[in-house]
Amino acid sequence: MRFLLIPLLCLTFSLTAAAIGVDKDRLSDPEQEARAQSIMKQLRCLVCQNQSIVESDAGLAVDLRGIVREQVKAGQSDRQILHFMTSRYGDWVLLQPPFKAATLLLWLGPLFLLLIGGYFVFRYVRQKPTTVLTEPLTADEEKRLQQILRENDT
Amino acid sequence: MLFKRFLPLIIFGGIFLAFLVGLTLNPREIPSALINKPVPDFSLPPLEGAGVGLDTAALKDPDNIIVVNFFASWCGPCRIEHPALVQFENMAGVKLFGIAYKDRPSHSLSFLKSLGNPYDRIGADLKGRNAIDWGVTGTPESFIIKNGIIRYQHIGPIHTVQMEKILTVIADLQAEDGS
Repeated sequence: MRFLLIPLLCLTFSLTAAAIGVDKDRLSDPEQEARAQSIMKQLRCLVCQNQSIVESDAGLAVDLRGIVREQVKAGQSDRQILHFMTSRYGDWVLLQPPFKAATLLLWLGPLFLLLIGGYFVFRYVRQKPTTVLTEPLTADEEKRLQQILRENDT
Repeated sequence: MLFKRFLPLIIFGGIFLAFLVGLTLNPREIPSALINKPVPDFSLPPLEGAGVGLDTAALKDPDNIIVVNFFASWCGPCRIEHPALVQFENMAGVKLFGIAYKDRPSHSLSFLKSLGNPYDRIGADLKGRNAIDWGVTGTPESFIIKNGIIRYQHIGPIHTVQMEKILTVIADLQAEDGS
């Protein structure tokens, strides 16, 4: 019986976790609600800014969730709903910035840096050993070298 | 060769400048996407038993620069900016309209009673739905409108410094007429 206790406790607490951010006015059609949820996850809460409106309990986030659900119910497409938001709050309301001229550096910057880094790694790996003897040893140096090597052997 | 030697310094300088600018920006200020766009279509009821409410037509007044101010009695910063709003009251060619955001009309009214009512007209946005059409993220927030086009937006309370900026914006908009 005891081996059941921990999973049971975990389950009990996870139920309350799932209850956070649940609205009373969820859509009755599970398919529509799922679509509304997926749209909400793409929208930034403008009050507590690094959360999506699903995760936020700010008044504005609650209102925006209501609007998303309303529009999903009215049969608006995802694109139309996101456009409704960006036409009011700008691209900032999207958690994933759109790909366009102003965000080119943002999207392609990491790739660009990777290419630069890759180039240096490639060059480093390909390079020939560069230790070159500039001058041959003189007779004296050669003798001393042999002496040192012999000393080390014994 | 000389270029190669200074390359790290140049890169450092670039990043330094980017941070210098970037770190002075305020990420909390989200500009409305409505700048230079027509005011949203709306019609708001008046605060219970006070005035005529507010609608889009009132904002298309060709003779005045319109300042629309979102406020609420529960909003502390709104109290702070109240003295600034009073300055609009007797300004020639300027009208101040208020939108009470998510506020009980009775509370809005007593707020205005205790501080004084600087607004020419007030609309009650009980559910905050209208504010969303304006791209408002919270109170207080103010818009400057000319001929039904939103020309400037100020987020947060209007302190003396911001009032100077707003007055220049209004003066510039008024000067446009002469040309």
